[in-house]
Amino acid sequence: MNPAGLSGAAYWLPVVSAAVIALALAMYVVLDGFDLGIGILFPYFPSETLRDQMMNSVAPFWDGNETWLVLGGTALFVAFPLAYGVIMPALYVPVILMLLALVFRGVAFEFRWLAKPRHRRWDIAFAGGSTAAAFAQGLILGGILHGIPVAGDQFAGHVFSWLSAFSLMCGCGLTVGYALIGACWLVMTTTAEAEQRARRLAQPLLAALLFFILLVSVWTPLEFHRVAQRWFSWPNLLYFSPVPLVTAVLAVSCWRGLTGRHPTLAFYSAVGLFLVAFIGLVISTIPYLVPPSITVWQAAAAPSSQGFILSGMAVLIPMILGYTVFVYRTFRGKVRPGQSYH
Amino acid sequence: MDAHALMLSRLQFAFTISFHIIFPAFSIGVSAFIATLLVRWRRTRAEHFHTLARFWTRIFAVAFAMGVVSGVPLSYEFGTNWSRFSLVAGNVIGPLVGYEVLTAFFLEATFLGVMLFGWQRVPPWLHVTSAILVAAGTAMSGFWILSANSWMHTPSGYELHGGIAYPTDWLRVIFNPSFPYRFAHMMCAAYLTVSVVVLAVGARYLLQRKFETEARTMMRMGVGMVAILGPLQLLLGDQHGLNTLKYEPAKIAAIEAHWDDDGPAAFVLFAWPDERREGNRAQLAVPHLGSLILTHEWDGRVPGLKDFPRDRRPPVAPLFFAFRLMVGIGTILIALGLTGAWLWWRGRLFGTRWYLLVASWAWPLGFIAILAGWLTTETGRQPYIVYGILRTADAVSPVSAATVATSLALFLIVYFAVFSMGIRYIYRLIDRGPKAAILKTPTLPGGLASRPLSLGAPHQEDESPGEPRA
Ligand code: HDD
Ligand code: HEM
Ligand code: HEM
Repeated sequence: MNPAGLSGAAYWLPVVSAAVIALALAMYVVLDGFDLGIGILFPYFPSETLRDQMMNSVAPFWDGNETWLVLGGTALFVAFPLAYGVIMPALYVPVILMLLALVFRGVAFEFRWLAKPRHRRWDIAFAGGSTAAAFAQGLILGGILHGIPVAGDQFAGHVFSWLSAFSLMCGCGLTVGYALIGACWLVMTTTAEAEQRARRLAQPLLAALLFFILLVSVWTPLEFHRVAQRWFSWPNLLYFSPVPLVTAVLAVSCWRGLTGRHPTLAFYSAVGLFLVAFIGLVISTIPYLVPPSITVWQAAAAPSSQGFILSGMAVLIPMILGYTVFVYRTFRGKVRPGQSYH
Repeated sequence: MDAHALMLSRLQFAFTISFHIIFPAFSIGVSAFIATLLVRWRRTRAEHFHTLARFWTRIFAVAFAMGVVSGVPLSYEFGTNWSRFSLVAGNVIGPLVGYEVLTAFFLEATFLGVMLFGWQRVPPWLHVTSAILVAAGTAMSGFWILSANSWMHTPSGYELHGGIAYPTDWLRVIFNPSFPYRFAHMMCAAYLTVSVVVLAVGARYLLQRKFETEARTMMRMGVGMVAILGPLQLLLGDQHGLNTLKYEPAKIAAIEAHWDDDGPAAFVLFAWPDERREGNRAQLAVPHLGSLILTHEWDGRVPGLKDFPRDRRPPVAPLFFAFRLMVGIGTILIALGLTGAWLWWRGRLFGTRWYLLVASWAWPLGFIAILAGWLTTETGRQPYIVYGILRTADAVSPVSAATVATSLALFLIVYFAVFSMGIRYIYRLIDRGPKAAILKTPTLPGGLASRPLSLGAPHQEDESPGEPRA
């Protein structure tokens, strides 16, 4: 794990920084996951009242949710400039695609109300932007897991090096996953027709997500030797055996939540599924930031830079989590048809 | 390195950041204006302050959303297009941008939710506090990003090892020599720009004889601010220029189209700088004035462009003209503010038609000056991306020209399509005016008892069926 034989701050700072990035990404995937999911599901909710209700259920939160993406990208820049400088050019196409897609879905939150009654184009922008952003994020994930060609500290592939059957599959998988947490969020926070429609959609989405989780679990060890070695060598097999077990338990509780009218249970189980899948991917790639060549230690910024930002984070991230909770509490509860914060 | 990819990356960055800065400048100013209105409303309980605050909050929400979505691409462009820059300057610039996210972006984004949607959800004091936090967040954001940007102009508190910058003293990094001037000048620019917008909207309503109480408040607040901030901006700009002369003399020489340091510098009013011939055509200049402005001495000496090798000179003509555009607008705004103040003192501010007419057309001036100012600053740093350390040509990512051309084309199409709609919606909100911005009594999610809308009630009948749910 630590071929350079580092010790002290030089060893720990990059580990802590990587943990912070993992936290930011997990927060992002869960929080922006459900509001992107709502956008992905927009086409299945045809009427204006339903769509108003859906948008209102996330309107006060989306901007804060998206900020975790900014933190994730920036933290990579701060703590691992080398990895940032390799990953971003390597994934130029999906990154730009994601950024443009986020433009459409972000402005739709405001523009849709202002354009009424001619808001159809912003419905399309919201649905299309959310779907494209989710898919692009899957491509980015798949592109990184698949490995990036590097020579002399720089990306050494071509524009479409990231494109593979595997990355396309990750794109689909992430889109389905976001749609599932979006649906569970709607079951939890809306009423009447919106709630029922979301519930009907959530069940097949859960099945589809499980299919993708299974597919990744089989595909990655078959294609990537390092992943097979990580999971199937002794005693790792023992340590990591809870991962599939927890996945199964969460899948069952999500299903029960959806069928047995426990929307909160369903939502948190879906979130749990996401997190466990995320942990699984982390286990597969550790200690690489840019598989298969750049580790967290090789990519790390100067210790003074990491120390400076991490000491701020120690105070500021708990504060941020605190007021995030405050805002979610302030706007908790169900959104009924015809209700609006606007 | 591929010269076309470099040129296109520069164009893309310049385009996306120029689009971005329009919205932050507006957000910084408007959020402070709204917070002021809300505080005055809590103090005086005068209804029209509340009406105005709600009106500008609607506009703010639209501009802020555009600021956010145009800002997110920038933070990724450092990597996608300037990966060598990230590697060389990342140790120093990274944490500054990181602190911006941690101290500013989360604060703004989170309390924005309360500010926009919490009118009845939270007690008034908390709502006012949220508005103040959002305004503070936008200013804090400016603090960090301008520190990062200033470091690129006047790097300090670092050492180079193997061509990579390592921080040695964080205070000197953050408070690098040009930062205090740039921060003050840019913040003042944002507040000044929005004061002009507020003044213009007030003047426009008075001309149309609409919303007169609100319009008068806007006129008074606008004129007062422009009359103070206009001259202040001149003062700050002057100090900023002196500082730049010390650290980036080539930039000042280009701004002044000053080629030879052969005696006291003249001030070039107008000319056509010709880089090939190393001189000015059709020059109109005032002797000694250049020395007086730049050194505050009659016979002060200023380095000329010929003192720098050709490959260390920034482009001259864009700097020369952009700078004159900014200062020209600054002068106009000072005149606008002082005339308004004089009319106000004579009690004729609301009845002087020509003044209202001029003021109502002045709203874009601040934005144009901001763009011109940034063009001056950034182009003047060329050929360096980090002054003296890293050339722009060595900072670019290994991506092909065709790729960057495609992304640039997409940015152009998407930004013009999306943001022109946004600006139209803002225009429409302004056209409808403050009364239509007041809600019909909103119902609240979550089944909480809805407190009656304490103060907005009188305006409810203004809501007509075709209106947006403001
Ligand atoms: C002087 C102020 C200023 C300047 C020079 C910049 N910005 Fe900005 N930015 C802001 C002031 C601001 C703001 C006031 O905080 C914003 C603008 C609109 C907004 O509504 O928040 C914002 C939004 C904003 C966001 C979205 C934040 C969120 O999710 O809430 C990002 C990621 C950036 N910016 C990034 C950048 C980068 C990488 C810049 C430079 C290269 C940059 N900004 C220049
Ligand atoms: C927000 C206001 C800003 C505006 C309007 C602005 C404008 C510009 C312009 C016009 C250029 C192109 C100059 C040229 O190529 O001749 C440029 C370049 C650049 N600026 Fe800025 N800038 C701003 C702030 C910043 C900040 C805050 C940073 C970084 C922290 C920054 C980093 C850069 C970089 C990396 C380049 C690319 C190099 C280049 O194109 O020459 N800028 N900017
Ligand atoms: C009134 C006379 C003014 C003077 C003498 C002045 C002076 C300057 C100078 C010397 C610079 C270049 C600094 C450098 O990079 O070295 C600058 C930049 C700038 N100016 Fe002005 N300025 C004036 C008015 C204005 C006005 C009215 C605005 C906008 C409302 C404005 C906005 C800016 C901006 C945004 C920049 C770039 C950021 C920075 O470097 O601060 N300026 N100004």
